[in-house]
Amino acid sequence: MQRVLSRWNGLLLIVALLIAWQLLFEFAGEDAMAPPVATIGYLLHLLGTADFWSNVMATGTAFLFALVISLVLGLLIGLTFGLHRFSGEVAEPMLVSFYSVPKITLYPIVLLAFGIGMPAKVAFGAIHGIVPMAIFTMTAVGTVKPVLLKTAQVMRLTQWHVVRAIIIPSALPEIFTGIRVSFSLTLIGTLLGEMFGSQRGLGYLLMTAIGLQNVRMIMAVTLLLVLFAATVSVALLAVDRRLHRDVG
Amino acid sequence: MSRAALVRLGLTLLVVLLLELLCRIGMIDNLTMPPPSIILRDMFALLASGKMNGAMLKTLWNVVAAFVAATIAGICLGVAIHGQRALRQGLEPLFATYYAIPVFAFYPLLIVLFGLGDAPQIIIGFMLAVVAVIMNTLAGFDRISRVLIKTARVHRLSPVDTALHVTLPCATPYLLTGVRLAVAYAFIGVIGAEFIMSNTGVGYEISFAYNNFDNATMYPLILLILLFSVVVNAALSRWEITLMKRRGYR
Repeated sequence: MQRVLSRWNGLLLIVALLIAWQLLFEFAGEDAMAPPVATIGYLLHLLGTADFWSNVMATGTAFLFALVISLVLGLLIGLTFGLHRFSGEVAEPMLVSFYSVPKITLYPIVLLAFGIGMPAKVAFGAIHGIVPMAIFTMTAVGTVKPVLLKTAQVMRLTQWHVVRAIIIPSALPEIFTGIRVSFSLTLIGTLLGEMFGSQRGLGYLLMTAIGLQNVRMIMAVTLLLVLFAATVSVALLAVDRRLHRDVG
Repeated sequence: MSRAALVRLGLTLLVVLLLELLCRIGMIDNLTMPPPSIILRDMFALLASGKMNGAMLKTLWNVVAAFVAATIAGICLGVAIHGQRALRQGLEPLFATYYAIPVFAFYPLLIVLFGLGDAPQIIIGFMLAVVAVIMNTLAGFDRISRVLIKTARVHRLSPVDTALHVTLPCATPYLLTGVRLAVAYAFIGVIGAEFIMSNTGVGYEISFAYNNFDNATMYPLILLILLFSVVVNAALSRWEITLMKRRGYR
């Protein structure tokens, strides 16, 4: 019974959210919101137009680049600081406080440095994603069992071998959590980047829709973003849980 | 001061000096970024002039409003949900994916709903902050040992008394983690919303200065926000560590 219940949880939650949305619509009225069914219909219509797809692709490309940069750089930074204890001690508070800074204030600097367009979007997405990836990787490396590292030392493994054969496998669950968090923050960063410094993409569509009071467009784009983020996140979470369970 | 903290300070100074040098010799164009010493000077000038007092006060109030609302609502909801197994399981997928959803995407919608005032900004800050508080409250309550709760029952404490005298004090370190995150998220939410679209506040002033190529206002404001959030965060995490140590964690 418990298991059946938990399987239906997600579905129940979606239904509850849809009902809440409809109720909010009844309360807020036609000018402020679009109801669920109409929004889904409009989103499907938009997905049939080439122009909308080109915006989706623009966001997607920027996001992918930003994500790859975030994950690779974050992993490298995390591994470096994780393996070298003292530099980790120095860096951790710095990383954590950078994490809590409203990075949107740095956006003008990014724009001034990269100019308006794709590079600025990618850079802004990466700024958001690198730090959580680095923090999670660093913590993960820090919690690798000392006995494993000592064994490696006894066997005279090279640094690279230690990373590949011991650190990565045993830190994988935590690193994967880092990937999950980094994924969502990079998405937010990329979208924020598009809201200001760009002429393409979903963030740009949102900004122009506010200007035009185009409620249907705002709702449809928001729905698409939420659906995408939630779907990927649920999938990543499932892998995450399995990894954590396997390691025990 | 520990060795790590000293190195940290040295590194920070080194980076600032490097930036200063790069700006002075023209490697970094002065239109892109003025030297740090000038930014600092402009910041003090800006603070002394009082031009930004209104914007700063307004932003601060909105952050405080979002933070207080999120903390109270988050702790209350956390306490309420903790008792209800079925409800908690039902909400689990929402909590797990909540921070994957770009909350700022709702800002346009909130503007349409509430108008371009303080409300949408406070709500964005609240939305970002509240779930972190709920999740940490739940985590804190999960760690309370059963003996304490049983003792409370033996003494026939009412649910409210149990919460006030036993469970809440017990979960304080975790609650504080939630509170620290709530401060950061409320700040990020309010400033971000102001930046995206608004007509007052520090976030707005930064984007206004950016659009007018007014580096003498933009950089000092950015520095001010960075300093403020770093200091507040550091103070809170220091308090958190002290509390944790007193409880014998770590």
